[in-house]
This record gives sequence, structure tokens and C-alpha cells, in this order.
Amino acid sequence: MNEAAPLLRMEGISKRYGGVRALEHADLSVSPGRIHAILGENGAGKSTLIKIMAGVVAPDEGRMTMDGHEVSFGSPAAANEAGIVCVFQELSLIPDLSVADNIVISDPPLRFGMIDRRAQRRIAEEALARAGASDIHPQALVKDLPLSRRQMVEIAKALARKPRILILDEATSALTATDVSRIFDVLKRLRSEGLALLYISHRMNEIEELADECTVFRNGSNVATYAAGSKTDNEVVEMMIGREYSHVFPPKSDRPKSDAAPVLECRKLSWTDRLNDISLSVRAGEVVGLGGLDGQGQRELLLAFFGVLRGLTGEILVNGKPASISSPAAAKQDEIGMALIPEDRKTEGLMLPMTVRENLSFTALDRVTKAGVIDRTAEQALIDDMVKLLAIKTAGLDIPVGALSGGNQQKVVIAKWLMRQPRIILLNDPTRGIDVGTKQEMYQLLRKLADAGAAIVFYSTDYDELIGCCDRVLVLYDGAIKRELVGDEITERALIASALNIEGEGAAMAGEARP
Amino acid sequence: MREWRYWFAEQRGTLLALGIFILMFIIYTSNHPAGLTANVVQTASNKGVLLAFVAMAQTLVVLTAGIDLSVGMIFILTNCLASWLVVGTGIETAFGVVAVLGTGALCGAINGAIVIFGRLQPIVTTIATGAIYFGIALLLRPFPGGSVNEHLADALTGKLFGVVPTSLVVLLAVVLVVWVPFSRSVLGRAAYAAGSSEIAAYMSGVPLLRAKFAAYTLAGTLAATGGLFLTFFTYTGEAALASGNAYTLFSIAAVVLGGVSLYGGRGSAIGAIFGALAFRTIGDLLFVFDFDPLWQPLFQGVVLLFAVSLGAFGLFRVRNRLDWFQ
Repeated sequence: MNEAAPLLRMEGISKRYGGVRALEHADLSVSPGRIHAILGENGAGKSTLIKIMAGVVAPDEGRMTMDGHEVSFGSPAAANEAGIVCVFQELSLIPDLSVADNIVISDPPLRFGMIDRRAQRRIAEEALARAGASDIHPQALVKDLPLSRRQMVEIAKALARKPRILILDEATSALTATDVSRIFDVLKRLRSEGLALLYISHRMNEIEELADECTVFRNGSNVATYAAGSKTDNEVVEMMIGREYSHVFPPKSDRPKSDAAPVLECRKLSWTDRLNDISLSVRAGEVVGLGGLDGQGQRELLLAFFGVLRGLTGEILVNGKPASISSPAAAKQDEIGMALIPEDRKTEGLMLPMTVRENLSFTALDRVTKAGVIDRTAEQALIDDMVKLLAIKTAGLDIPVGALSGGNQQKVVIAKWLMRQPRIILLNDPTRGIDVGTKQEMYQLLRKLADAGAAIVFYSTDYDELIGCCDRVLVLYDGAIKRELVGDEITERALIASALNIEGEGAAMAGEARP
Repeated sequence: MREWRYWFAEQRGTLLALGIFILMFIIYTSNHPAGLTANVVQTASNKGVLLAFVAMAQTLVVLTAGIDLSVGMIFILTNCLASWLVVGTGIETAFGVVAVLGTGALCGAINGAIVIFGRLQPIVTTIATGAIYFGIALLLRPFPGGSVNEHLADALTGKLFGVVPTSLVVLLAVVLVVWVPFSRSVLGRAAYAAGSSEIAAYMSGVPLLRAKFAAYTLAGTLAATGGLFLTFFTYTGEAALASGNAYTLFSIAAVVLGGVSLYGGRGSAIGAIFGALAFRTIGDLLFVFDFDPLWQPLFQGVVLLFAVSLGAFGLFRVRNRLDWFQ
């Protein structure tokens, strides 16, 4: 369907991270003068593909050709040299340098071997103007700018490198509506100048307005490429799903819970621009899921409950009483009884070099301490219970926890919080990167804890888990709750549609039962 | 108006250090029995530039988010070496100076190579190499002694036109020849970038490794310049362990006082120079007020703590407590 010969062609690209396959024989071809949108849900392989194209990671197999010649990029610098420039989702700006310094960072103008500040200033002003962001002062420090301005600087920086292929990876996620329309004009102009643009976004309306063609990724492969506008939103969502079911979930408890008093509530919770007027309540015995695409405020919401964020507005109630939780140490006290299973077990969950025993008893040390001394017998009893309950497989309690497998490490993280018998359990994507067997054990455990009376808030990027585990799912978009799905309404279609913020159609589909 | 504000924001740390130094120096000279005379300035300058050179050296490494605990030892090693080599005829002396500076550069390059290619932590690496450098200094000068070309020494520690201390002029020249070009070169900017956000710098295709290597090597050279001057002032070489350790620690104090962030990426060697001069003046203040010199470390500590707390106010603005740990 391409009129022009492709500028860049990727064929049979595969990439694995440890045992997890991120890309499997993926193909993509990019033509000059076109805007090519890439779609897919979390973990479909979009980001890995972009990183390979931009020289950040090397593919395990497959070939890339540019202008018909085979290429491989060992570093981002090499990809830049070839004319591939990427505006990354995680910003690549250097916070302590000025806007102008950042814009010219990879190839500053020189005069007598030194950076020519006047020329640098001129280039920066031009690039900012080209990106439609002349309101940003070139001498301002990047770290002093709000997120939306930084993203504009990032785009200006990319333009200053005179790319042939420009990749925008969720590059508009933090922008205001005015900025987005300005960027769209810029992108359309670039297209008419013959650039190839790759556009990754989860905003369907943006893709509709901008793209010439779209490629859908699923499970690490490209499943379809079609001309923009030739498919309905409904069909697109359909293409993005299509996964076989692989997990076994325990039956949800069927007793009605609507009459139970809420254990955890929040009202009009807001924090900077990441959380937006969130109100929710969770009852004892209930598993409430948080859905939506990654980075829509789910993590911040859990941190807000757990006392990590400062400057929150709104109210948090525990057992119907207003609670002011000022730190994780306060959150774990018995009157609150909260536990947070963090996202990254290696940094936030465990002290990797310390032993399994020490890691397990950290949160509950105050319970086994008498007159300031740890009662080893009491500690041992608690630990034994937990190791048995969670079936933690370890060669011994006194080996470093870093030596355990990923699944068992995650069990240790959960166990150390269960030692306190928390009444409120917050989970931040707890099954990421662990094996299927352990996942299943975890689903059983969640249900068991809920049946025993815990209130559970469960964020997952895996839609199957939300469907299989949760009594209710709240879908977040841009830091606000977009939809609440209850019981049979929780289907993959409804989850994806509301995650992409497609109104109307998505809502109509929500009632359909899952096949 | 806006232009001026951005410039000010960028130079805030340096200006603060300059302000502290001027304040201290005014208090010092106005209470000095001789007042503000050329001799008082000369003595202050000669004492100050030693730490200023070592602090400049420290700045370069700290900017890359590293730390160099061997600068004081390079300073001592090159002092001992200079007391052997910087002697004799003009040509011999010149050769000696080049050899001393080259040794400093080599010491710095070794630090850099280990940190960058060995991927070891700068703090441990430089403790180890610092001990080695001091060991060599001890072998060179088991007992204090040696000599130096006194014509050169007197010329560089005297006064220009009877007014301006020559050591200060040399310091200025080093700033103009070494620091200004470095900070405006691609390597210099890359060094800042490496210290500010190494990942973003890598993703932007910045020459990270070369920049860090250059920073460590230049640091060694600057410490050696300090060592040369120490020889010019004392006419001898001495492998003094206490002095080496003191210069290392004071250089870190001077850098912080000068508005250079220990997290890297922020600050300037000029700020560090004023930090060093201010730190030296604190010690001299006690002298003019007739305090017991025993009070000096305590007093210096209090002033340093105060100056450093000025920089920590930003933490009150952090909204996500997890950012405290990053």
C-alpha cells in the first residue's frame, strides 16, 4: 500500500528479556512523507520495537534495512547519525542544563573548539519556534519547567537534529490541548517536507486525525497494518485483544458486599497534575482493581494512600474515620493496618543482599520485640507460618533474598506484609515478570485474604488478571477515574475501550459477556 | 529583566560563595592590625590559592557525580616530586615543571581509567589510589627536604608591580586557560550532563566516557599545580599525611561552599575557588580576633554546616517523598 519505497524496513525482529519475550518476528516498514501510527496494549512490544530502532537495545534476531542497505545501531548516537531520532516517553533531557544546552546537546555548534553560545542560542530559538514553543526561554533550566513544557523541549531537541525518521513515543501524553494542536500542525508540516513519522499514542482521536496508516501490535508481533480510517474503533480494539486465556482464577465470592461498611475511602483526592479528583471506596472482602493504560495515575494513587505523597488535597477515610497518613510507617500502624506491595520488588520491596529471614520480619519487628530486643523465638514462629502459608521455596532462611527466583522474591515481599495481618492491602502490579505457577498461587491468596475480610486494591497492567480477580474495576485515565466496571461488566473489550477513553461504543460494549 | 534572572539563577551558587568570601575578608582585614595592605593580601592569597587549586580539581570530578579522595595525596606527591625536579637552570626547571604537571595528569588519568573502565566506585577507587600516591611520596621524601628554583618560587609568590599577588594572577590564568575552555567545550558540557543524568546523557549520544576521563585527568593536573605552588611557598618537599588528608577534606568543603552540588551536574570551579578562599579566611578570622587556634576546626565546622544548610532548603518543596531518596 506504500506509494514510495520504504525508508526503513524491519524484518523478523525478535527480542527476549530473560525468559520474557518482548518481540517475536515483528515486521515494520516506514515510508517517507507518511505518518505511521503504532497501536497495541501494554506490553505488546511497541516500546521494545522503538528502542531497537533507536539503537537503545539490540535485537536478538532479524534485520533492519535503511535505503535498502542493512544497518544495525550500537548506540542511540549511531541511530541519530543515520537520521533516526526518537522523542522518548521517559524524557531524555538533562535536568541541570538549560533548554538551549539540551537542544544542541548531541551536536553543539563550535567556534575555536568551544561551544558557540550565540549560535547555540540561535539554533535553540529556531528549534523552539519550529516546535511551536517560542514561549519557552532558551536559558531556563529544564528542571524548573513543568512537565508539559519539558515535553515541548524534547520535541524541539529532536527537530534540531534534522531527522529523516522521527519517532514520537507517547510524546503528547503530558501536553495541553493547545500544545497538541500546535504539535499536530508541526507534524503535518514535517510530513509534507518528506519526513517519515512514527506515532505511538493511546489517544484514538489523535491517531484518527494524524495518521496515514496504522500497525497493530499484539503479544510482540505485528498483527495488522491498515490505512487509517479504514477500521472502526471497535475493530481496532478487537485486533488489540485476541489473546488466548492462560490463567486460572479462583471463583469470586458471590455473597453481596454492598451493605458492608467501607474500610478504605477517599474523597476528591488530587495531587499535582497526576491525580485528579478521585473518589472511591473499598469494602471488607472486596477486591477492587485499578485499570487503564500504564502511567495514568494508578501508582500515584496507591502512594497517596500509603502516605508517600505530600501536598495531597481531599480526604482519606479508614473505617469511616478521616485518617491522616503521613508516612508508610504511619500507614502500617494497627489503627490503619495498611500494606503496600510495591511495583519494583528489587528496589522498593526487598533489601536484596540481606537474608530471607531479615527481609521477612522487617515490617513486623515491633511485634516480636520485647524491651527493644528482638525475640528470636517469636520471630521464628511468625516466619515459619508465612513460609508455609505462601509455600516460599528457599534453600534456607539465612541466604540472601536476591538468590531466590523472581516468583519467590515476590512471595517474600507479600509475606513480609501479611505478617502484620493488614486490613487494607494495596498491590502495585505484583505479578510483573513472575512465572505462571506463582501467579496462580497469588490469585488464590488474594481471594483468600479478601474472604478473610481484607479490603484489597489491585493495580495490574494485565487485563486478564483484572477480569479474573476483581469484583470491581476502576479505569483510570489522565489521573481521574473514567469508568467503574462491576461484575460481568468487566470484559477485556470494556477495559480496553475505557482505557483508551473511547466513549459511546465502549460503553455500549461493556454489557456484553466475555466469549 | 528575564535574561538577567536566568543568569542570576545559573550563577547563584557562585555569587553566594563570592558574597560569603567578601564578607569574611572585609571582617578579616578591618580587624587586622595592619589593615588592608598589599602584604596582608599577598599572604592571604598565597595561603588561599593552594586550597583553590585543589578545590578546582575536586570540582571537575564532583561535577560528573563522582568524588576524588586522592586530590590531597596528588597534591603531596607532586610537592615531593617538585622538590627533586624543579631545580637548576631555566631549562631544567621548565622540564621539572612539565614533569610534575604530567605526573599529576597521570595520577588523575589512572583514577579515571579505573572508575570508568573498571566500573568501580569513585570513593573507594580514590581512597586506594590516594594511599598509593602517598606511598610514592613517602618513598620520594622519607624526611622533609629538597629544594626548588628560588628565583621562580619568589617570582610566583611575590607581588606584581608591588601590589597584585602573583599567585592570584596565576590562579586567574589557570581559570582562563583551563576552566573556561573546558566548561565551554563539548567535553565539559558532557561532564555536566554525566553528573546530572547519566541515562539522559547516554540517550542523547553524549561522549560520556571521554568527558569523565578528561575530568579526572584535568583534576590530577590541577592538584599538581597546587603541589607546585606548595613547593614554591615552602622551598621543600614533605610527605605530610595529615596535610594531604586535610586538603582532600577541605577541598570537598570548599566545593560545597562554592555551590557545587555533590550529586553532580551543577556548579562551577569559580564558585569552588571562592569557597576555598572563604574557607581559608574563616581560619584567619580567629587569628585576628585573638582566639585560641584550638577553636579553629570547631569554628570552621559550624560555618560550613551553616553554608551547606542554605542549599538544602529545596527538600522542603518535594511533593513525592520517594524523591528524597533519588
